[in-house]
Amino acid sequence: MGYDATFRVWRGDASGGDLQTFTVEVNEGEVVLDIVHRLQATQAGDLAVRWNCKAGKCGSCSAEVNGRPRLMCLTRMSTFAEDEPVTLTPLRTFPVIRDLVTDVSYNYEKAAQIPALVPRPREADGSHRMQQVDVERSQEFRKCIECWLCQDTCHVIRDHEENKRSFAGPRFLIRLAELDMHPLDVADRRDAAQEEFGLGYCNITKCCSEVCPEGIHLTDNGIIPLKERVADRRYDPLTWLGSKIGRRPRS
Amino acid sequence: MTATAPRGTGAVSPGAGNGMAAPRRATIAARTLRTDRWWLQPLATAVALLLFIVYATFRAFQNAHYFAEPYISPFYSPCLSTRCEGDTFPQLFTGPTWISPALYVLVFPLGIRLTCYYYRKAYYRSFWLSPPACAVAEPHRRYTGETRLPLLGQNVHRYALYAALVINVILFYDAVLAFRDETGAWGHMGLGTVVLLVNAVLLALYSLSCHSCRHIVGGRINSFSRHPLRYRAWTLVSRLNARHMQFAWASLFTVAFADFYVFLLATGTISDLRFF
Amino acid sequence: MELERHEYDVVVVGAGGAGLRAAIEASETGARTAVVCKSLLGKAHTVMAEGGIAAAMGNTWPEDNWRVHFRDTMRGGKMLNHWRMAQLHAQEAPDRVLELEDWGALFDRTPDGLISQRDFGGHRYARLAHVGDRTGLELIRTLQQRTVALGIDVYMECTVTRLMHDEDGVTGAFGYWRESGRFVVWQAPSVVLATGGIGKAYKVTSNSWEYTGDGHSLALQAGASLVNMEFVQFHPTGMVWPPSVRGLLVTESVRGDGGILKNSAGNRFMFDYIPDYFRKETAESEEEADRWYTDKTNNRRPPELLPRDEVARAINSEVKAGRGTEHGGVWLDIASRRPAEYIRKRLPSMYHQFKELADVDITREAMEIGPTCHYVMGGVEVDPDTQESRLPGLFAAGEVAGGMHGSNRLGGNSLSDLLVFGRRAGLAAAEHAAKLAGARTEVAEGALADAAAAALAPFDRDGGENPYAVQQDLQSTMHDLVGIIRTRAEMEQALDRIAVLKERVANLSVEGHRQYNPGWHLALDLPHLLVVSECIARAALEREESRGGHTRDDFPAADDAWAHLNLVLDLPPGADSVRVTRQPLPQMPGDLAELLES
Repeated sequence: MGYDATFRVWRGDASGGDLQTFTVEVNEGEVVLDIVHRLQATQAGDLAVRWNCKAGKCGSCSAEVNGRPRLMCLTRMSTFAEDEPVTLTPLRTFPVIRDLVTDVSYNYEKAAQIPALVPRPREADGSHRMQQVDVERSQEFRKCIECWLCQDTCHVIRDHEENKRSFAGPRFLIRLAELDMHPLDVADRRDAAQEEFGLGYCNITKCCSEVCPEGIHLTDNGIIPLKERVADRRYDPLTWLGSKIGRRPRS
Repeated sequence: MTATAPRGTGAVSPGAGNGMAAPRRATIAARTLRTDRWWLQPLATAVALLLFIVYATFRAFQNAHYFAEPYISPFYSPCLSTRCEGDTFPQLFTGPTWISPALYVLVFPLGIRLTCYYYRKAYYRSFWLSPPACAVAEPHRRYTGETRLPLLGQNVHRYALYAALVINVILFYDAVLAFRDETGAWGHMGLGTVVLLVNAVLLALYSLSCHSCRHIVGGRINSFSRHPLRYRAWTLVSRLNARHMQFAWASLFTVAFADFYVFLLATGTISDLRFF
Repeated sequence: MELERHEYDVVVVGAGGAGLRAAIEASETGARTAVVCKSLLGKAHTVMAEGGIAAAMGNTWPEDNWRVHFRDTMRGGKMLNHWRMAQLHAQEAPDRVLELEDWGALFDRTPDGLISQRDFGGHRYARLAHVGDRTGLELIRTLQQRTVALGIDVYMECTVTRLMHDEDGVTGAFGYWRESGRFVVWQAPSVVLATGGIGKAYKVTSNSWEYTGDGHSLALQAGASLVNMEFVQFHPTGMVWPPSVRGLLVTESVRGDGGILKNSAGNRFMFDYIPDYFRKETAESEEEADRWYTDKTNNRRPPELLPRDEVARAINSEVKAGRGTEHGGVWLDIASRRPAEYIRKRLPSMYHQFKELADVDITREAMEIGPTCHYVMGGVEVDPDTQESRLPGLFAAGEVAGGMHGSNRLGGNSLSDLLVFGRRAGLAAAEHAAKLAGARTEVAEGALADAAAAALAPFDRDGGENPYAVQQDLQSTMHDLVGIIRTRAEMEQALDRIAVLKERVANLSVEGHRQYNPGWHLALDLPHLLVVSECIARAALEREESRGGHTRDDFPAADDAWAHLNLVLDLPPGADSVRVTRQPLPQMPGDLAELLES
């Protein structure tokens, strides 16, 4: 069943590096991460790679496989022809630490800037009553496993390092959308979405939705609705007037 | 042993411990390592859009062959000036002869398509190459997206939608009028009637499936359970919205085709297939 | 030696559910708190939890309350649980779940708008608060966001290799940055261990690489004791095919939502394995079992929902009797029992997991499953109210703590355990630090130099063995000789092999340098794995009966003489192997004991 595959793996660190070629055994049912582990165990004991659950649930083993941002644990070897070389490179958008491991602290810094949930008070019996239909939209975004593939593929920061300062990236735009649609939340983040987190930088080219391993519709269900909500507030004179008169309270 | 300062800053960082400035990205020279034909889709999109633009521009300025009783080309509807061919709409004013009546109204369908969330993706990718495809470097040195004018203006999409909805109603009106024959008597139906009707339906679906529409009918409210009717409307529009791209292309095709069909009739190249 | 130094009131080791909950509590009481974790924040093994959080909120069954939950937990653990922990857990779990909502968690809802609760093995009523089948992700993300909102310092990708202590108690923790390999010391009067389990001692496991028993081993070496280490839970349903995902968890919710187990002949075999202990509460016929899903008052539970140890043993027996599948498992079938739409809605991650990894559509086909090492009931022996170990200032919460689950844990009790005891540990750790505010002890410099030298040793040796090979041998040893079914001869053989492995580990060498070097990291984790493996084997050899997660082929029945004994392990100063002591169970008050009679 097994065969020998050609792997080209980027090895190096911030000071430089290149693609190194390995020939490695592949067996039935294996994924790219299995092959990386085999390389570690047999040919390159110090090959740096980040991984945890190996089941597509934790979002640690993000890398670029043949130039496309993927989770290595969900990329089955059967998707490649046996004679097709497989190129593995670290996420391009973030500084490299070593081999396939990158410094993703940009994401944690942005996460820390998002204003937290401000819940409305509980009911008299100590519970929060919420209907299923009201939690479903935010639940979709809470499926996010924070693999940072959307952040990696987003050209706003992938191709323009300088935008990292003013743009939070797709993951955190849907986090803002999640909070804005959250049935319990009473805070308002619409101005912040535009001014602090750079919602306007997104030109909805949808690469984030394409790479999401959880199948979250980042653009259609998160970012565009957020853009529309911001437009209500800032760019729509009629809605703005309506809200001033009080005919359209934020519901 | 040396010591460093305590943190206590809420710092969450994997990049500490080496005391260096943030390290740089991996040195990979290639613009992309994608091995598939990633350029195919933007190329196909660009070609299709260009063909449409060339054709539509030619027809809009042609100022002729846009009416063949009882059909009016959707490019020229509503035809508002007294110089219009045919009599499908109240004639409101008289413009100079050299201005095609299409130019008075084309701004509306153009408006919704230009600011449409789907077409923005399509032309940012295929014309601006920003980016040409996912994980393929874009050629621009700077990028500010839709943060400043003129692209900040994309936020008026909802007004383009309102205008487009008016045009949608008028196109249905045109299709209904196409159930009359050349003499104005009801009870006629030709291939042209079907063409206009299908076009009106697809254009309406395109407008209704738009992201702004989805927001307006219900997306903007947070408590669906307290607004069951709007929730149903939102669910319906959401279902349409999933096919927004398909509607965008299908209606782009039918609107050009409807115009071309009227052109063929008006120039006498073919005659209408008449069902009854 | 270059050393980064930090000072805190409370240092939490581990950023899973228990660690983050402890850090939140400590920080909210005003303690300066840090979290140190081996992975990135939010990647801890808690994300793998699928089914839900057990809490007797009574949202779907008003008859449910903490007393029923307490009874279920004690019976599931075959009465070896520390009664006080089981009581606190059952009483406090509902509040711990509700406060998650204030921090942003969005559970699935009942039609009244309350938190929906689902059925699980061993729980009398539908009791698990859940979000589809990704409850663990919801839990970790909620706690992570709360941690960040509170501004708690998080040291990500940092491994603790030693606890620092003196005669009076804990003084701090020593470790290294995985990224740079540089050393760090956190000086603190309180350290909370929340390092999870030991699954990586076994070949087939649902656990991630992080589960190398660090906390168990650190505590033992610092002078604390472990309890119940012979009890290792093999989850009945792990994937068996393809080999690269062997052991990966298939949630119990599949059975809770209607899935059944069949052998290769197509028989629903669980009816043949109902133990007398649970006969009164288990259905006798397939008809009764099927009615139970909609009418729990007049029917008894299907045998597929017996506690995990029972189901795992049954599957093991079926396969051994030659009624297994081609790849050595049995069939778990929900496709023929529930509509495709329902399966996709209730079990989205399972659908995704089988589709992506095995190319199996679970709405059309049965899943091939078998037992997988999932959880260790044993852990650091702690005070039930404060989670403090024998060593003052050292606390443990979550899987690394022992006692709560007795000989077998019920599904869903783990997430609630993390929350209830994580909070208690954080609170007690902060109080302990406050008490010592004026009288802190410095970490001894000699001990630091010693810890650094030990960590660097694998680089200094040449020509030694590759750590990956040693780990594989250890995993095979534990899997083959101290697995689901155990015998004296095999365990003695395992102990011999572990002694040899100890020598091999002492001679490991690694290539490359200190910067993000997975080979080196593994070399430093291996001694922990070895010591917990030894603990499991020694305790398992000592307990001559079968109970819960410990099954002896040579002593197949439960023995009343053992029903009141815990096994406690410690590492006497200067000894080179662990010591096992028998210790009577704490006495349960009469009013709680009465709950168990019914």
